[in-house]
Amino acid sequence: MKILVPVKRAIDYNVKVKVKADESNVDLANVKMSINPFCEIAVEEAIRLKESGTATEIVVVSIGALACVEQIRTALALGADRGIHIQTEAELDSLQIAKLLKTVVDKETPDLVILGKQAIDSDNNQTGQMLAALTNMGQGTFASKVAISDGQVAVTREIDGGLQTVSLTLPAIVTTDLRLNEPRYASLPNIMKAKRKPIETIAADSLDVNLTSNVKLLKVSAPAQRSGGVKVADVAELVAKLKTEAKVIA
Amino acid sequence: MSILIYAEHDNTELKAETAKLVHAASQIGGDIDVLVAGHDCAAVAQAAAAISGVSRVLVADAGCYQYQLAENVSALVVELADGYSHILAAATTTGKNFMPRVAALKDVAQISDIIAVESADTFVRPIYAGNAIATVQSSDAVKVMTVRASAFDAAALGHSAAIEALTQAHDAGLSHFVSAELTVSERPELTAANVIISGGRGMQNGENFALLNGIADKLGAAIGASRAAVDAGFVPNDMQVGQTGKIVAPQLYIAVGISGAIQHLAGMKDSKVIVAINKDEEAPIFQIADYGLVGDLFDILPELEAAL
Repeated sequence: MKILVPVKRAIDYNVKVKVKADESNVDLANVKMSINPFCEIAVEEAIRLKESGTATEIVVVSIGALACVEQIRTALALGADRGIHIQTEAELDSLQIAKLLKTVVDKETPDLVILGKQAIDSDNNQTGQMLAALTNMGQGTFASKVAISDGQVAVTREIDGGLQTVSLTLPAIVTTDLRLNEPRYASLPNIMKAKRKPIETIAADSLDVNLTSNVKLLKVSAPAQRSGGVKVADVAELVAKLKTEAKVIA
Repeated sequence: MSILIYAEHDNTELKAETAKLVHAASQIGGDIDVLVAGHDCAAVAQAAAAISGVSRVLVADAGCYQYQLAENVSALVVELADGYSHILAAATTTGKNFMPRVAALKDVAQISDIIAVESADTFVRPIYAGNAIATVQSSDAVKVMTVRASAFDAAALGHSAAIEALTQAHDAGLSHFVSAELTVSERPELTAANVIISGGRGMQNGENFALLNGIADKLGAAIGASRAAVDAGFVPNDMQVGQTGKIVAPQLYIAVGISGAIQHLAGMKDSKVIVAINKDEEAPIFQIADYGLVGDLFDILPELEAAL
Protein backbone atom coordinates (compact mmCIF):
# COMPACT_ATOMS: atom_id res chain seq x y z
CA MET A 1 0.00 0.00 0.00
CA LYS A 2 0.97 3.58 -0.61
CA ILE A 3 1.14 6.16 2.19
CA LEU A 4 1.05 9.90 1.63
CA VAL A 5 2.59 12.07 4.35
CA PRO A 6 2.12 15.84 4.12
CA VAL A 7 4.77 17.74 6.11
CA LYS A 8 4.92 21.38 7.13
CA ARG A 9 7.99 23.56 7.39
CA ALA A 10 7.57 25.33 10.72
CA ILE A 11 9.60 27.16 13.30
CA ASP A 12 11.85 24.78 15.23
CA TYR A 13 10.23 23.82 18.51
CA ASN A 14 13.24 25.03 20.50
CA VAL A 15 13.01 28.58 19.17
CA LYS A 16 11.37 31.18 21.37
CA VAL A 17 9.16 33.26 19.10
CA LYS A 18 9.08 37.03 19.27
CA VAL A 19 6.38 39.34 18.04
CA LYS A 20 7.43 42.07 15.58
CA ALA A 21 7.47 45.59 16.96
CA ASP A 22 4.73 46.68 14.54
CA GLU A 23 2.54 43.74 15.67
CA SER A 24 2.08 42.59 12.07
CA ASN A 25 3.19 39.03 12.82
CA VAL A 26 5.85 37.06 14.64
CA ASP A 27 9.43 37.64 13.55
CA LEU A 28 10.69 34.64 11.60
CA ALA A 29 13.80 36.31 10.14
CA ASN A 30 16.87 34.12 10.66
CA VAL A 31 15.16 31.61 12.94
CA LYS A 32 15.74 27.90 12.65
CA MET A 33 13.04 26.06 10.73
CA SER A 34 12.29 22.33 10.91
CA ILE A 35 9.69 19.74 10.10
CA ASN A 36 6.72 20.41 12.38
CA PRO A 37 7.14 17.84 15.23
CA PHE A 38 3.72 16.23 14.70
CA CYS A 39 4.54 15.82 10.97
CA GLU A 40 7.81 14.14 11.94
CA ILE A 41 5.81 11.62 13.96
CA ALA A 42 3.66 11.05 10.85
CA VAL A 43 6.78 10.36 8.75
CA GLU A 44 8.07 7.95 11.40
CA GLU A 45 4.78 6.06 11.52
CA ALA A 46 4.79 5.67 7.74
CA ILE A 47 8.37 4.35 7.84
CA ARG A 48 7.48 1.84 10.55
CA LEU A 49 4.54 0.62 8.44
CA LYS A 50 6.95 0.16 5.54
CA GLU A 51 9.50 -1.62 7.70
CA SER A 52 6.82 -3.99 8.97
CA GLY A 53 5.89 -4.85 5.39
CA THR A 54 2.48 -3.18 5.47
CA ALA A 55 3.41 -0.23 3.28
CA THR A 56 5.33 -0.36 0.03
CA GLU A 57 5.79 3.30 -0.85
CA ILE A 58 5.92 6.55 1.13
CA VAL A 59 5.33 9.82 -0.69
CA VAL A 60 6.03 13.05 1.18
CA VAL A 61 4.42 16.32 0.14
CA SER A 62 5.08 19.83 1.37
CA ILE A 63 3.44 23.09 0.36
CA GLY A 64 5.13 26.47 0.44
CA ALA A 65 8.16 28.39 -0.73
CA LEU A 66 11.29 26.83 -2.22
CA ALA A 67 12.79 26.31 1.25
CA CYS A 68 10.25 23.54 1.96
CA VAL A 69 12.47 21.26 -0.10
CA GLU A 70 14.75 21.07 2.97
CA GLN A 71 11.96 19.44 4.98
CA ILE A 72 11.11 17.08 2.12
CA ARG A 73 14.80 16.06 1.97
CA THR A 74 14.76 15.47 5.73
CA ALA A 75 11.76 13.15 5.36
CA LEU A 76 13.47 11.35 2.46
CA ALA A 77 16.57 10.91 4.64
CA LEU A 78 14.40 9.39 7.33
CA GLY A 79 13.04 6.81 4.89
CA ALA A 80 10.37 8.24 2.59
CA ASP A 81 10.71 7.21 -1.06
CA ARG A 82 9.93 10.34 -3.04
CA GLY A 83 8.77 13.90 -2.58
CA ILE A 84 6.31 16.35 -4.05
CA HIS A 85 6.78 20.06 -3.55
CA ILE A 86 3.79 22.27 -4.26
CA GLN A 87 5.43 25.61 -4.66
CA THR A 88 3.77 28.87 -3.66
CA GLU A 89 4.83 32.05 -1.92
CA ALA A 90 1.25 32.69 -0.79
CA GLU A 91 0.26 32.58 2.88
CA LEU A 92 -2.28 29.78 2.97
CA ASP A 93 -4.83 28.72 5.53
CA SER A 94 -5.72 25.12 6.32
CA LEU A 95 -8.60 25.05 3.83
CA GLN A 96 -6.39 26.03 0.89
CA ILE A 97 -3.74 23.53 2.03
CA ALA A 98 -6.38 20.80 2.26
CA LYS A 99 -7.61 21.62 -1.25
CA LEU A 100 -4.07 21.44 -2.64
CA LEU A 101 -3.50 18.16 -0.82
CA LYS A 102 -6.72 16.82 -2.32
CA THR A 103 -5.25 17.28 -5.80
CA VAL A 104 -2.29 15.14 -4.70
CA VAL A 105 -4.59 12.51 -3.19
CA ASP A 106 -6.64 12.41 -6.40
CA LYS A 107 -3.50 11.87 -8.47
CA GLU A 108 -1.55 9.54 -6.17
CA THR A 109 -4.53 7.59 -4.75
CA PRO A 110 -2.78 6.63 -1.50
CA ASP A 111 -4.35 4.01 0.77
CA LEU A 112 -3.53 6.02 3.84
CA VAL A 113 -2.69 9.67 4.50
CA ILE A 114 -0.88 10.39 7.77
CA LEU A 115 -0.58 13.99 8.94
CA GLY A 116 0.45 15.74 12.12
CA LYS A 117 -2.57 16.74 14.19
CA GLN A 118 -1.49 20.36 14.24
CA ALA A 119 1.39 22.65 13.39
CA ILE A 120 3.16 24.35 16.25
CA ASP A 121 3.01 27.75 14.55
CA SER A 122 -0.64 28.32 13.67
CA ASP A 123 -1.95 25.71 16.15
CA ASN A 124 -5.01 25.22 13.96
CA ASN A 125 -5.53 21.45 14.13
CA GLN A 126 -7.62 21.44 10.93
CA THR A 127 -5.82 20.21 7.82
CA GLY A 128 -6.25 16.45 8.24
CA GLN A 129 -9.94 16.71 9.08
CA MET A 130 -10.53 19.10 6.16
CA LEU A 131 -8.70 16.79 3.76
CA ALA A 132 -10.82 13.90 5.05
CA ALA A 133 -13.99 15.89 4.39
CA LEU A 134 -12.92 16.98 0.89
CA THR A 135 -11.93 13.44 -0.10
CA ASN A 136 -14.92 11.89 1.72
CA MET A 137 -12.66 9.64 3.77
CA GLY A 138 -12.95 8.48 7.34
CA GLN A 139 -10.61 10.08 9.85
CA GLY A 140 -8.74 8.94 12.92
CA THR A 141 -7.42 12.05 14.62
CA PHE A 142 -4.98 12.41 17.55
CA ALA A 143 -3.72 8.86 17.05
CA SER A 144 -1.64 7.09 19.67
CA LYS A 145 -1.83 3.72 17.90
CA VAL A 146 -2.42 2.68 14.30
CA ALA A 147 -3.10 -0.93 13.24
CA ILE A 148 -3.87 -1.98 9.66
CA SER A 149 -5.57 -5.19 8.58
CA ASP A 150 -7.98 -6.34 5.87
CA GLY A 151 -8.61 -2.99 4.25
CA GLN A 152 -9.30 -1.36 7.61
CA VAL A 153 -7.24 0.80 9.91
CA ALA A 154 -7.91 0.75 13.65
CA VAL A 155 -6.90 4.05 15.18
CA THR A 156 -6.61 4.54 18.94
CA ARG A 157 -7.26 8.21 19.63
CA GLU A 158 -6.26 10.36 22.59
CA ILE A 159 -9.51 12.00 23.66
CA ASP A 160 -10.37 14.17 26.65
CA GLY A 161 -11.76 11.31 28.72
CA GLY A 162 -9.08 8.74 27.88
CA LEU A 163 -8.67 6.65 24.73
CA GLN A 164 -11.10 5.77 21.96
CA THR A 165 -10.53 3.26 19.16
CA VAL A 166 -12.29 3.64 15.83
CA SER A 167 -12.09 1.50 12.72
CA LEU A 168 -11.91 3.18 9.33
CA THR A 169 -12.30 1.74 5.85
CA LEU A 170 -9.23 2.44 3.70
CA PRO A 171 -8.39 4.80 2.14
CA ALA A 172 -8.44 6.91 5.28
CA ILE A 173 -6.84 9.85 7.05
CA VAL A 174 -4.88 9.58 10.29
CA THR A 175 -3.53 12.52 12.31
CA THR A 176 -0.79 11.91 14.85
CA ASP A 177 -0.61 12.73 18.53
CA LEU A 178 2.60 12.91 20.52
CA ARG A 179 2.64 9.40 21.89
CA LEU A 180 2.22 7.55 18.60
CA ASN A 181 5.97 6.98 18.32
CA GLU A 182 9.39 8.49 18.90
CA PRO A 183 10.89 9.66 15.61
CA ARG A 184 14.35 8.42 14.68
CA TYR A 185 17.32 10.47 13.58
CA ALA A 186 18.53 10.29 10.00
CA SER A 187 21.86 8.49 9.54
CA LEU A 188 24.58 10.10 7.46
CA PRO A 189 24.44 7.47 4.68
CA ASN A 190 20.68 7.96 4.47
CA ILE A 191 21.11 11.73 4.28
CA MET A 192 23.46 11.20 1.33
CA LYS A 193 21.08 8.72 -0.30
CA ALA A 194 18.18 11.15 0.12
CA LYS A 195 19.91 13.61 -2.20
CA ARG A 196 19.30 11.21 -5.07
CA LYS A 197 15.65 10.54 -4.30
CA PRO A 198 13.24 12.30 -6.69
CA ILE A 199 11.29 15.43 -5.77
CA GLU A 200 8.61 16.60 -8.17
CA THR A 201 7.84 20.32 -8.16
CA ILE A 202 4.35 21.53 -8.97
CA ALA A 203 3.39 25.21 -9.08
CA ALA A 204 0.37 25.76 -6.84
CA ASP A 205 -0.97 28.22 -9.43
CA SER A 206 -1.11 25.43 -12.01
CA LEU A 207 -3.62 23.51 -9.89
CA ASP A 208 -7.25 24.48 -10.10
CA VAL A 209 -7.49 25.68 -6.50
CA ASN A 210 -8.61 29.06 -5.18
CA LEU A 211 -5.72 30.12 -2.94
CA THR A 212 -7.34 33.14 -1.28
CA SER A 213 -8.42 32.91 2.34
CA ASN A 214 -11.33 34.89 3.75
CA VAL A 215 -9.58 35.25 7.08
CA LYS A 216 -7.40 38.30 7.52
CA LEU A 217 -4.71 38.58 10.17
CA LEU A 218 -5.21 42.00 11.74
CA LYS A 219 -2.67 41.92 14.51
CA VAL A 220 -0.26 39.69 16.40
CA SER A 221 0.60 40.79 19.91
CA ALA A 222 2.67 39.40 22.74
CA PRO A 223 0.62 37.65 25.42
CA ALA A 224 -0.01 39.45 28.69
CA GLN A 225 2.85 38.55 30.98
CA ARG A 226 2.00 37.07 34.29
CA SER A 227 4.31 38.45 36.91
CA GLY A 228 5.74 36.18 39.53
CA GLY A 229 4.56 36.56 43.07
CA VAL A 230 6.26 35.81 46.32
CA LYS A 231 8.11 32.89 47.80
CA VAL A 232 6.66 31.58 51.01
CA ALA A 233 8.82 30.09 53.73
CA ASP A 234 6.76 27.05 54.63
CA VAL A 235 3.46 25.23 54.32
CA ALA A 236 1.86 27.18 57.16
CA GLU A 237 2.55 30.49 55.43
CA LEU A 238 1.30 29.11 52.11
CA VAL A 239 -1.99 27.94 53.58
CA ALA A 240 -2.43 31.23 55.44
CA LYS A 241 -1.86 33.24 52.25
CA LEU A 242 -4.27 31.10 50.27
CA LYS A 243 -6.93 31.58 52.92
CA THR A 244 -6.60 35.24 53.82
CA GLU A 245 -4.83 36.93 50.90
CA ALA A 246 -5.84 34.99 47.77
CA LYS A 247 -9.07 33.74 49.38
CA VAL A 248 -9.16 30.68 47.12
CA ILE A 249 -9.55 28.10 49.87
CA ALA A 250 -11.86 28.15 52.85
CA MET B 1 -27.58 36.85 13.00
CA SER B 2 -28.07 33.51 14.61
CA ILE B 3 -25.63 31.14 16.20
CA LEU B 4 -25.56 27.36 16.45
CA ILE B 5 -23.64 25.88 19.38
CA TYR B 6 -22.68 22.23 19.41
CA ALA B 7 -23.30 20.86 22.92
CA GLU B 8 -20.41 19.10 24.65
CA HIS B 9 -21.72 16.01 26.39
CA ASP B 10 -21.36 12.26 26.94
CA ASN B 11 -25.05 11.35 26.36
CA THR B 12 -25.81 11.53 30.08
CA GLU B 13 -24.32 14.82 31.22
CA LEU B 14 -24.00 18.26 29.63
CA LYS B 15 -20.42 19.42 30.11
CA ALA B 16 -19.48 22.78 31.60
CA GLU B 17 -18.08 24.00 28.28
CA THR B 18 -21.53 24.51 26.76
CA ALA B 19 -22.70 27.28 29.12
CA LYS B 20 -19.38 29.04 28.51
CA LEU B 21 -19.93 28.85 24.76
CA VAL B 22 -23.38 30.37 25.22
CA HIS B 23 -21.72 33.26 27.02
CA ALA B 24 -19.20 33.62 24.17
CA ALA B 25 -22.06 33.53 21.66
CA SER B 26 -23.93 36.24 23.56
CA GLN B 27 -20.91 38.48 22.99
CA ILE B 28 -21.31 37.93 19.24
CA GLY B 29 -25.03 38.68 19.44
CA GLY B 30 -28.08 37.06 17.85
CA ASP B 31 -30.36 34.10 18.51
CA ILE B 32 -28.60 31.12 20.04
CA ASP B 33 -29.57 27.53 19.27
CA VAL B 34 -27.87 24.55 20.90
CA LEU B 35 -27.53 21.26 19.03
CA VAL B 36 -27.38 18.06 21.07
CA ALA B 37 -26.21 15.20 18.85
CA GLY B 38 -26.07 11.87 20.63
CA HIS B 39 -28.05 8.83 21.61
CA ASP B 40 -30.43 8.55 24.58
CA CYS B 41 -29.41 12.08 25.43
CA ALA B 42 -32.70 13.59 26.65
CA ALA B 43 -31.16 14.63 29.98
CA VAL B 44 -28.48 16.56 28.11
CA ALA B 45 -31.13 18.43 26.12
CA GLN B 46 -32.96 19.34 29.34
CA ALA B 47 -29.75 20.69 30.86
CA ALA B 48 -28.98 22.72 27.72
CA ALA B 49 -32.48 24.22 27.74
CA ALA B 50 -31.79 25.60 31.21
CA ILE B 51 -28.94 27.85 30.04
CA SER B 52 -30.00 31.51 29.92
CA GLY B 53 -29.84 33.01 26.46
CA VAL B 54 -30.64 29.82 24.56
CA SER B 55 -33.56 30.14 22.10
CA ARG B 56 -33.95 26.53 21.04
CA VAL B 57 -32.36 23.19 21.78
CA LEU B 58 -32.24 20.91 18.75
CA VAL B 59 -31.89 17.24 19.60
CA ALA B 60 -30.62 14.69 17.10
CA ASP B 61 -31.04 11.45 19.03
CA ALA B 62 -29.94 8.49 16.94
CA GLY B 63 -27.64 5.50 17.17
CA CYS B 64 -25.27 6.95 14.57
CA TYR B 65 -24.48 9.88 16.90
CA GLN B 66 -23.83 7.82 20.03
CA TYR B 67 -20.04 8.20 19.79
CA GLN B 68 -20.21 11.55 18.01
CA LEU B 69 -18.08 10.22 15.14
CA ALA B 70 -16.77 13.15 13.12
CA GLU B 71 -18.02 11.83 9.78
CA ASN B 72 -21.63 11.53 11.00
CA VAL B 73 -21.82 14.60 13.21
CA SER B 74 -20.28 16.89 10.59
CA ALA B 75 -22.87 15.79 8.02
CA LEU B 76 -25.63 16.68 10.48
CA VAL B 77 -24.17 20.09 11.33
CA VAL B 78 -23.64 20.90 7.64
CA GLU B 79 -27.27 20.10 6.94
CA LEU B 80 -28.38 22.43 9.74
CA ALA B 81 -25.87 25.17 8.88
CA ASP B 82 -28.03 27.19 6.50
CA GLY B 83 -29.37 30.27 8.18
CA TYR B 84 -26.70 30.43 10.86
CA SER B 85 -24.05 33.15 10.79
CA HIS B 86 -21.81 31.38 13.31
CA ILE B 87 -21.30 27.75 14.30
CA LEU B 88 -19.45 27.17 17.56
CA ALA B 89 -18.08 24.07 19.24
CA ALA B 90 -15.80 23.76 22.25
CA ALA B 91 -12.11 23.28 21.47
CA THR B 92 -12.23 19.83 23.06
CA THR B 93 -11.16 16.64 21.33
CA THR B 94 -14.76 16.32 20.11
CA GLY B 95 -15.00 19.82 18.66
CA LYS B 96 -11.49 19.74 17.21
CA ASN B 97 -12.32 16.43 15.56
CA PHE B 98 -15.47 17.23 13.61
CA MET B 99 -15.55 21.03 13.16
CA PRO B 100 -12.86 21.29 10.45
CA ARG B 101 -14.93 18.81 8.44
CA VAL B 102 -17.91 21.15 8.77
CA ALA B 103 -15.80 24.11 7.63
CA ALA B 104 -14.38 22.25 4.64
CA LEU B 105 -17.80 20.98 3.55
CA LYS B 106 -19.14 24.55 3.81
CA ASP B 107 -16.04 25.76 1.91
CA VAL B 108 -15.12 28.24 4.65
CA ALA B 109 -12.17 28.66 6.99
CA GLN B 110 -12.27 27.50 10.57
CA ILE B 111 -11.10 29.81 13.31
CA SER B 112 -9.67 27.56 16.01
CA ASP B 113 -9.55 28.00 19.75
CA ILE B 114 -10.81 31.58 20.14
CA ILE B 115 -10.22 33.21 23.52
CA ALA B 116 -12.05 36.50 22.95
CA VAL B 117 -14.77 38.00 20.75
CA GLU B 118 -13.95 41.48 19.45
CA SER B 119 -16.97 41.77 17.18
CA ALA B 120 -19.23 39.54 15.11
CA ASP B 121 -16.42 38.96 12.59
CA THR B 122 -13.25 39.56 14.61
CA PHE B 123 -11.81 37.12 17.10
CA VAL B 124 -8.71 36.60 19.19
CA ARG B 125 -6.79 33.33 19.32
CA PRO B 126 -3.45 32.10 20.63
CA ILE B 127 -0.78 30.94 18.19
CA TYR B 128 2.71 29.51 18.74
CA ALA B 129 1.55 27.67 21.87
CA GLY B 130 0.26 30.90 23.36
CA ASN B 131 3.51 32.78 22.84
CA ALA B 132 1.69 35.16 20.51
CA ILE B 133 -1.91 36.29 20.32
CA ALA B 134 -3.50 36.79 16.90
CA THR B 135 -6.51 38.94 16.10
CA VAL B 136 -8.25 37.69 12.95
CA GLN B 137 -11.18 38.90 10.89
CA SER B 138 -13.32 36.58 8.80
CA SER B 139 -15.43 37.56 5.80
CA ASP B 140 -16.82 34.05 5.36
CA ALA B 141 -20.63 33.86 5.18
CA VAL B 142 -20.70 31.44 8.07
CA LYS B 143 -18.02 31.57 10.74
CA VAL B 144 -17.05 28.09 11.89
CA MET B 145 -15.16 28.36 15.16
CA THR B 146 -13.92 26.34 18.07
CA VAL B 147 -13.86 28.12 21.41
CA ARG B 148 -11.46 27.74 24.31
CA ALA B 149 -14.14 27.45 26.97
CA SER B 150 -11.82 28.27 29.87
CA ALA B 151 -11.46 31.81 28.49
CA PHE B 152 -15.16 32.56 29.01
CA ASP B 153 -17.41 32.68 32.06
CA ALA B 154 -20.45 30.43 32.07
CA ALA B 155 -23.87 31.80 31.14
CA ALA B 156 -26.37 31.62 34.00
CA LEU B 157 -28.84 28.77 34.45
CA GLY B 158 -32.56 28.88 35.30
CA HIS B 159 -34.05 29.19 31.83
CA SER B 160 -36.41 26.96 29.91
CA ALA B 161 -35.78 27.01 26.17
CA ALA B 162 -37.88 25.10 23.67
CA ILE B 163 -36.63 21.62 22.81
CA GLU B 164 -37.14 20.37 19.25
CA ALA B 165 -36.43 16.86 18.07
CA LEU B 166 -34.62 16.38 14.77
CA THR B 167 -35.14 13.29 12.67
CA GLN B 168 -32.00 13.43 10.53
CA ALA B 169 -29.76 10.41 10.93
CA HIS B 170 -26.54 10.65 8.97
CA ASP B 171 -24.50 7.48 9.02
CA ALA B 172 -21.64 8.10 6.62
CA GLY B 173 -20.45 4.51 7.03
CA LEU B 174 -16.82 5.63 6.89
CA SER B 175 -15.93 4.88 10.50
CA HIS B 176 -17.03 2.62 13.31
CA PHE B 177 -16.60 2.80 17.04
CA VAL B 178 -14.57 -0.13 18.35
CA SER B 179 -13.85 0.56 22.02
CA ALA B 180 -13.11 3.18 24.62
CA GLU B 181 -10.95 3.21 27.71
CA LEU B 182 -12.29 6.09 29.70
CA THR B 183 -10.85 7.14 33.01
CA VAL B 184 -13.39 6.77 35.77
CA SER B 185 -12.95 9.20 38.61
CA GLU B 186 -14.94 10.60 41.49
CA ARG B 187 -13.07 13.85 41.11
CA PRO B 188 -14.20 16.83 39.03
CA GLU B 189 -13.04 16.95 35.43
CA LEU B 190 -9.92 19.00 34.78
CA THR B 191 -11.69 21.47 32.53
CA ALA B 192 -14.49 22.03 35.03
CA ALA B 193 -12.60 22.02 38.35
CA ASN B 194 -12.21 25.09 40.56
CA VAL B 195 -9.01 23.69 42.02
CA ILE B 196 -6.38 21.60 40.25
CA ILE B 197 -3.30 19.98 41.69
CA SER B 198 -0.83 18.72 39.07
CA GLY B 199 2.28 16.62 39.32
CA GLY B 200 5.32 16.67 37.08
CA ARG B 201 8.51 14.74 36.54
CA GLY B 202 9.47 15.56 40.12
CA MET B 203 6.86 13.05 41.31
CA GLN B 204 9.36 10.39 40.14
CA ASN B 205 6.81 7.65 39.44
CA GLY B 206 3.11 6.91 39.08
CA GLU B 207 2.69 5.55 42.62
CA ASN B 208 3.79 8.86 44.10
CA PHE B 209 0.83 10.60 42.47
CA ALA B 210 -1.16 9.06 45.35
CA LEU B 211 0.43 11.78 47.50
CA LEU B 212 -1.80 14.26 45.66
CA ASN B 213 -5.02 12.35 46.45
CA GLY B 214 -5.47 13.49 50.05
CA ILE B 215 -4.93 17.13 49.15
CA ALA B 216 -7.27 16.84 46.17
CA ASP B 217 -9.92 15.28 48.43
CA LYS B 218 -9.70 18.12 50.91
CA LEU B 219 -9.85 20.82 48.23
CA GLY B 220 -12.35 19.10 45.92
CA ALA B 221 -9.63 19.31 43.30
CA ALA B 222 -9.00 17.58 40.00
CA ILE B 223 -5.58 15.97 39.52
CA GLY B 224 -3.51 16.86 36.48
CA ALA B 225 -0.03 16.21 35.17
CA SER B 226 2.65 17.77 33.01
CA ARG B 227 3.57 16.31 29.64
CA ALA B 228 6.85 15.09 31.12
CA ALA B 229 4.93 13.00 33.66
CA VAL B 230 2.62 11.60 30.98
CA ASP B 231 5.45 10.85 28.54
CA ALA B 232 7.33 9.09 31.34
CA GLY B 233 4.29 6.83 31.77
CA PHE B 234 3.51 7.95 35.33
CA VAL B 235 -0.14 8.72 34.52
CA PRO B 236 -2.51 8.45 31.51
CA ASN B 237 -2.65 11.06 28.75
CA ASP B 238 -6.07 12.41 29.71
CA MET B 239 -4.49 13.97 32.82
CA GLN B 240 -2.16 16.15 30.78
CA VAL B 241 -2.43 19.90 31.23
CA GLY B 242 -0.69 21.95 28.57
CA GLN B 243 -0.73 23.16 25.02
CA THR B 244 -1.22 19.67 23.64
CA GLY B 245 -3.33 18.48 26.55
CA LYS B 246 -6.07 20.28 28.39
CA ILE B 247 -6.21 24.05 28.71
CA VAL B 248 -7.44 24.97 32.18
CA ALA B 249 -8.14 28.14 34.14
CA PRO B 250 -9.21 27.18 37.66
CA GLN B 251 -9.38 29.46 40.69
CA LEU B 252 -6.38 27.69 42.19
CA TYR B 253 -3.69 25.71 40.37
CA ILE B 254 -1.06 23.89 42.42
CA ALA B 255 1.96 22.75 40.38
CA VAL B 256 3.99 20.10 42.19
CA GLY B 257 7.39 19.05 40.90
CA ILE B 258 6.70 20.82 37.58
CA SER B 259 9.55 22.89 36.19
CA GLY B 260 7.31 25.04 34.02
CA ALA B 261 8.07 24.22 30.40
CA ILE B 262 6.43 26.66 27.97
CA GLN B 263 4.02 24.07 26.72
CA HIS B 264 2.77 23.37 30.26
CA LEU B 265 2.44 27.07 31.08
CA ALA B 266 0.35 27.52 27.92
CA GLY B 267 -2.21 25.19 29.44
CA MET B 268 -2.56 26.76 32.88
CA LYS B 269 -1.24 30.33 32.99
CA ASP B 270 -4.75 31.80 32.97
CA SER B 271 -5.48 30.23 36.36
CA LYS B 272 -6.49 32.82 38.94
CA VAL B 273 -3.96 31.81 41.57
CA ILE B 274 -0.93 29.63 40.86
CA VAL B 275 1.07 27.86 43.56
CA ALA B 276 4.38 26.20 42.69
CA ILE B 277 6.11 23.61 44.81
CA ASN B 278 9.55 22.67 43.51
CA LYS B 279 12.95 21.89 44.97
CA ASP B 280 14.74 23.89 42.27
CA GLU B 281 14.39 27.54 43.16
CA GLU B 282 15.48 28.49 39.64
CA ALA B 283 12.59 26.58 38.03
CA PRO B 284 10.72 28.76 35.49
CA ILE B 285 7.40 27.91 37.15
CA PHE B 286 8.31 30.35 39.96
CA GLN B 287 8.37 33.22 37.47
CA ILE B 288 4.62 32.95 37.00
CA ALA B 289 3.52 31.51 40.36
CA ASP B 290 1.73 33.77 42.81
CA TYR B 291 3.07 31.71 45.67
CA GLY B 292 6.22 29.68 45.42
CA LEU B 293 7.44 27.16 47.95
CA VAL B 294 10.95 25.82 47.49
CA GLY B 295 11.52 22.41 48.99
CA ASP B 296 11.22 18.65 48.69
CA LEU B 297 7.71 17.76 47.60
CA PHE B 298 7.89 14.49 49.52
CA ASP B 299 8.15 16.52 52.75
CA ILE B 300 5.80 19.29 51.71
CA LEU B 301 2.85 17.28 50.39
CA PRO B 302 2.07 15.38 53.64
CA GLU B 303 2.49 18.62 55.55
CA LEU B 304 0.14 20.45 53.22
CA GLU B 305 -2.46 17.70 53.45
CA ALA B 306 -2.33 17.90 57.25
CA ALA B 307 -2.58 21.70 57.24
CA LEU B 308 -5.74 21.85 55.13
